[in-house]
Amino acid sequence: MPHDGHDHGSELTETELRVRALESLLIEKGYVDPATLDELVETYETKVGPRNGARVVAKAWTDPEFKAWLLEDATAAIASLGYTGRQGEDMVVLENTPTVHNLVVCTLCSCYPWPVLGLPPTWYKAAPYRARAVSQPRAVLKEFGVELSKDIEVRVWDSTAETRYLVLPIKPAGTDGWSEERLADIITRDSMIGTGIVGTHS
Amino acid sequence: MNGAHDLGGGHGHGPIAPDPNEPVFHDEWERRCFAITLAMGFTGQWNIDQARFARESMRPGRYLETSYYQHWLHGLEVLLLERNLVTQSEVETGKAKEPPQKLSRTLRAEEVAPALKKGGSARRNRVGEGRFKTGDIVITKNINPVSHTRLPRYVRGRRGRIDRVHGVFVFPDSNAATSDEKPQWLYAVRFEGQELWGTEAEPNSCTIVDLWDDYLEPA
Repeated sequence: MPHDGHDHGSELTETELRVRALESLLIEKGYVDPATLDELVETYETKVGPRNGARVVAKAWTDPEFKAWLLEDATAAIASLGYTGRQGEDMVVLENTPTVHNLVVCTLCSCYPWPVLGLPPTWYKAAPYRARAVSQPRAVLKEFGVELSKDIEVRVWDSTAETRYLVLPIKPAGTDGWSEERLADIITRDSMIGTGIVGTHS
Repeated sequence: MNGAHDLGGGHGHGPIAPDPNEPVFHDEWERRCFAITLAMGFTGQWNIDQARFARESMRPGRYLETSYYQHWLHGLEVLLLERNLVTQSEVETGKAKEPPQKLSRTLRAEEVAPALKKGGSARRNRVGEGRFKTGDIVITKNINPVSHTRLPRYVRGRRGRIDRVHGVFVFPDSNAATSDEKPQWLYAVRFEGQELWGTEAEPNSCTIVDLWDDYLEPA
């Protein structure tokens, strides 16, 4: 996406026209069904998103058995909450600790765990993050307002395969006794990518 | 291929600039582009690695100047044309001139939810034990194929350590080229920051990359 302040307006118009032409052509050919297209859009706009991942994390924070299962077999543990399928077929959960911080990127395209986080944000798909997350992770984290001391090891996970990574952030202090629902409300999308830290004020 | 998509370690792309109030889609054309790409993917006319390769084939200058869904649009047009599902003049006019090809399957609206829930795992049955185990030191090959690969340039010819063994998975290089799945062991390989970035490496950092057996040699 352009960051330089102008919109490439004419180019977008051309893209719009090309998409419109292709969609009507594919419908006319009978390759795609308009109702199917609407259903696909609605699914990712309204049903699948980072609230799913927040539920996974909140459960891990309050249920030690579930957390152990999640770290051992993330795909099965996450499926037990109903989140399965496309772009999350083989899940791995990475636990942040006081000494290790995990950060997820896909330098080659934009692989991202759709069933638990929905579709990726623009910055995750764009060149600046994909280029620098692997070589300058601490500088990248600073751009997200996260400053880590040198004692904390930064592990960057480049999603080159069909395994999909979800970060299990650190449960913030002062949340003992909170319900899963209340915890889920403070868990941000970025904290599950590794570009954020969970605080008690979301 | 050594295309513009292989971004790891690049400089000069500017700030990351996250937008905290970003919508799922920015415009109607993004919605439609996303949906036609997914719906056509379900027809089984190509696999995911072929779809990625089609997006990577964009001219590098253009790839860097365009957005994610513009990459998708380019990829979809390439795949449709390659398989003679549409013609160039049909793409330009948006009107069918040739009769459609018979597709073995299309996705109906009521099939969307179950199909997405089911997905399509690239995991395959294990065949024996893998060549490497956790803790082994490996060296990545220095390969530069013009075809699809998931071995990024910044980890070619580098020394790493097996961090975990994922199991057996479809091999993207052959799956993209000839639909040959060539299932093989997949490993998460850890590279220390200094190994990849030398004196410019940030302190106490590493990168872990998922790599297939064919990319690796014992150290």
